[in-house]
Amino acid sequence: MRKGGGVQIRGLRELGIIVFIIIISILVGIRNPRFLTWGNLHDMLLDTAVLSVVAVGMMFVLVTGGIDLSAESVLALTGMVAGIIIKDNPYLSPVFMLLFGLLFGGFLGAVTGLIVAKGRVLPIIATLSMMYIYRGITFIVSRGEWIDAHEMPESFKALATGRVLGFSNLIAIALGVYLLFYYFANHTRTGREIYAVGSNLEAARIIGINTDWVIWLVYTLSGALSGLGGVMWVARYASAQNDTAAGFVLTVVAACVLGGVSISGGAGTIPGVFLGAITIGIINNALPMIRVSPFWRMALQGLIILVAALVNVAVARNVERAQLRQREELRMVRHGA
Amino acid sequence: MELESLRVQRAKSLSFRWEWLLLVLILGAFFVNVRLSPYFWNYRSFMDALSVFLEAGFMVFSMVMILVAGDIDISVASIAALSSVLMALSHKAGLPMGLAMLVALGVGVACGYFNGFLISRVPNLSAIIVTLAGFSLYRGIAYVLLGDRAVSGFPSWYSYLAWGYIGNTGIPFMLAAFFACALVYGLVLHRTAFGRKVFAIGTNRTAALFSGVPVARIRQILFTLNGLMAGVTAIFLTSKLGSSRPNVATGYELEVIAIAVLGGASPSGGKGSIFGACLAFILMRLLRYGMGLRNIPGQVMMVAIGVVLIGVVMIPNLVMSRKKRTVVS
Repeated sequence: MRKGGGVQIRGLRELGIIVFIIIISILVGIRNPRFLTWGNLHDMLLDTAVLSVVAVGMMFVLVTGGIDLSAESVLALTGMVAGIIIKDNPYLSPVFMLLFGLLFGGFLGAVTGLIVAKGRVLPIIATLSMMYIYRGITFIVSRGEWIDAHEMPESFKALATGRVLGFSNLIAIALGVYLLFYYFANHTRTGREIYAVGSNLEAARIIGINTDWVIWLVYTLSGALSGLGGVMWVARYASAQNDTAAGFVLTVVAACVLGGVSISGGAGTIPGVFLGAITIGIINNALPMIRVSPFWRMALQGLIILVAALVNVAVARNVERAQLRQREELRMVRHGA
Repeated sequence: MELESLRVQRAKSLSFRWEWLLLVLILGAFFVNVRLSPYFWNYRSFMDALSVFLEAGFMVFSMVMILVAGDIDISVASIAALSSVLMALSHKAGLPMGLAMLVALGVGVACGYFNGFLISRVPNLSAIIVTLAGFSLYRGIAYVLLGDRAVSGFPSWYSYLAWGYIGNTGIPFMLAAFFACALVYGLVLHRTAFGRKVFAIGTNRTAALFSGVPVARIRQILFTLNGLMAGVTAIFLTSKLGSSRPNVATGYELEVIAIAVLGGASPSGGKGSIFGACLAFILMRLLRYGMGLRNIPGQVMMVAIGVVLIGVVMIPNLVMSRKKRTVVS
């Protein structure tokens, strides 16, 4: 099997992000040497852990051509419910809470998935509505109050403060998620089916893929990973609030788009999303370091999404052109023979 | 030919039924409200109930058009925030209020034009991603300009726009402006060649392109119009609040899209009516007013709006697929 030109260009795309990351790190490092210390880099990774986990779920949704705007509210609601549970039952093990986050978030995502896959509601409409519905439910279950650090047991907070091999637990969890889903996306039948559905829905249906099931699955996955992210978030900041992660979904989409995930579906890789999340983490970490007002963050994020989307469109066009050329060559060879 | 006219007829009767349904719902909500509060059945308070939140209504018309063309714009609320902030800042810098209002409109048009330019001229760049970026970018610029401060100090006549009544008829000025806009947009969408082209784009973009509809130019115009209406919203909203902050109009995009969809616009394009959107707007106001009478907090109202939005889109789909299945079998 020969490697297509498209694969090479996509590889270049990831190389491009790595170069971008290195240049930014050096520039910020010159302005503020503290940026490149191990302590700061570890903090940066720790702050990016939740983002990177939620971005994996978002990537699968984007690959099918959908979008999950409800991710941030699933995160907030799961975090709030987990906070209430841990407050009333401080003896529960943190591992149980992580599992709870996965399951509860997965349930919330499954509801959204049913609405999209079986109710045939456009993803943007369905998830925009679910974003407000879950946010509202967060207010209802919390009765408008939040859960403080002193209401949480030490064992739960140790989720964020504890370390594995010198890395925070949260970073270890995020790395685990990446390894698992790298395998899932590239080496399992279901993983490949997600790409097939995103590349061409009709073709996927015709070759016998249960497209409704795949679409339901990606929203469930996105919900589960957002729920996991919610528990991680609450452990990290030791508080569960009603407006937790408001606007976070934009950052998640930005990380995905920056990582080369196409918003129209079919394209996106796990390593790409990882690099995208890291880039966002570096930018967020670097802004205060070079004394840029935090008010710039929102505008900068919009700009990043826009530029990254434009780059993706240009890359996709080149890939298409390369594939077309390849097909032409193949046909020429066949006709010659 | 015959099939086509049949289909048009069926579509017409369907939308007709839809608007009847909305009317029935409005009557229902009206009576519930009357039962909830004896003060509701009062001309003045009824008018006031309609004009609460009216400023967001101005964006509904242009949003209906965008949905009809098969696009979506989630950046409108952010454009409104940026327009409001820049209008307030330019007034503070010494510009007369009239010119400052023009600044608001200009900012809206510029943002909308920028959205439309990218969406219609760059192939394969979807409206979702561009307006999602705009959602963050425009409000972000407002934050860069103003931080967490607020600007006020507008002339007193300016508050007339949102709070004043026309003569002594008891009709709020804003409500009159709203229905005037509705009339203009209704005529443009349903009675002009331009409107037909918008429907053609939403029904089948490729077919529209090949039959000579200037697809790119019309989408460009639609997004620019939406930006303009965001500017209008900014003027009325700032007049109502009496001050401007970067966080004004948060969440308006959901409300606007919900009203447009509730009014019969399909987010997948080709369907929608301004009259339906007006009815949906009135229905939404009555529901909100009723929930306000029962002291239901804003977040729960958002839940209700979300549920209504999903239900409105999903139920016809489910009914349709059931019908199709029975036809096949």
